[in-house]
Amino acid sequence: MTDFVLFDEEFQQIKEVIGRLKADAQAKVVFIVDKNGQQIAAQGDLESLDTTSLASLTAGNVAATDGLAKLIGEKEFPVLFHEGEKDNVYIAIVDQRVILVIIFDEHSSLGLVRLRVRKATQDLERIFVSIQRKVEEEKERRHEGVDSPFAEITDEDIDSLFRE
Amino acid sequence: MTFINYAAREINCKIVYYGPGLCGKTTNLQYIYDRTNPAAKGKLISLATETDRTLFFDFLPLDLGTVRGFKTRFHLYTVPGQVFYDASRKLILKGVDGVVFVADSQEARMDANVESLQNLEKNLHEHGFDLATIPYVLQLNKRDLPTAVAADEMYRQLNFKGEPTFEATAPTGVGVFDTLKAVAKQVLMELRKK
Ligand SMILES: Nc1nc2c(ncn2[C@@H]2O[C@H](COP(=O)(O)OP(=O)(O)OP(=O)(O)O)[C@@H](O)[C@H]2O)c(=O)[nH]1
Ligand SMILES: [Mg+2]
Repeated sequence: MTDFVLFDEEFQQIKEVIGRLKADAQAKVVFIVDKNGQQIAAQGDLESLDTTSLASLTAGNVAATDGLAKLIGEKEFPVLFHEGEKDNVYIAIVDQRVILVIIFDEHSSLGLVRLRVRKATQDLERIFVSIQRKVEEEKERRHEGVDSPFAEITDEDIDSLFRE
Repeated sequence: MTFINYAAREINCKIVYYGPGLCGKTTNLQYIYDRTNPAAKGKLISLATETDRTLFFDFLPLDLGTVRGFKTRFHLYTVPGQVFYDASRKLILKGVDGVVFVADSQEARMDANVESLQNLEKNLHEHGFDLATIPYVLQLNKRDLPTAVAADEMYRQLNFKGEPTFEATAPTGVGVFDTLKAVAKQVLMELRKK
């Protein structure tokens, strides 16, 4: 199983895309999580938000709904929408692998969010394809003898993590 | 599936606590949460029934410190142990980097331990993982109970591949951090090979 890797270049591109999406959709918060619950990037008013918990719960939510989809013979439910009294959460799956989450209130609307997400999704897909390609190039380079930065982790490095 | 974030210089790893119902998985996480300083932990999230049985998962994010300039973040999850929650259990194993099997030492739970271990092996397989190669630690929990089976007998029945094995009493923390360290260490060692 290949690890998920994020490089600085793509990270900046992702932040740009979701920053634009946040503005265009007039959303409060936009963030991106991988399907295992790891947060990739976020934009918006994050001060009051526990994004780590949000990431894990979103991934759990998507995983459960994916399970449901398979049970009834669907491939996936590409969009989930939760409507609250003030805030709403719109969740879209990008490239079958990452999750895009948009939190918005009455300053926006479901229609607007849906519209803007469609455009952003295409941009994001392109970025994730490029990451994938880089990871594969990296792997080949490593076969030619270039080591990963973790190749030299020593027992001591690890033990020092647990010293208190 | 480790998430290596070069942009934020972070490594994110996922560890799952597995085992039969009521063996003490949630208690392990609660103890770790209680004993970790606030700067190094996030919220402990428990999706549980009204009777405190895990319904979907518990989740605890931990920062262990820095290795080679990378922040190491561990996401600890527990599965729901009750047999009929198998579909949810399977979901939690997605993208796992390391597994802790928490066994219940009570004589009456030995069959449940064996059944849960077989279930773990099967569910890992469905995600393309192999218990024989994945970072893995065995914890013999509830050592404080008078009905506890002898540790070497449990080892014989449950140890799968000579994995590190710890005796524990989760509510008082005996063996809890030793277990976590052992699995975290294996996960980080795996990074060397990548
Ligand atoms: N005596 C004793 N009790 C324990 C020990 N570990 C856990 N318990 C108790 O066992 C009960 C169940 O513990 P949990 O941690 O909720 O079990 P679990 O494995 O999360 O159970 P599920 O969520 O149903 O899978 C609780 O009442 C704990 O206090 C132990 O080492 N000794
Ligand atoms: Mg539990």
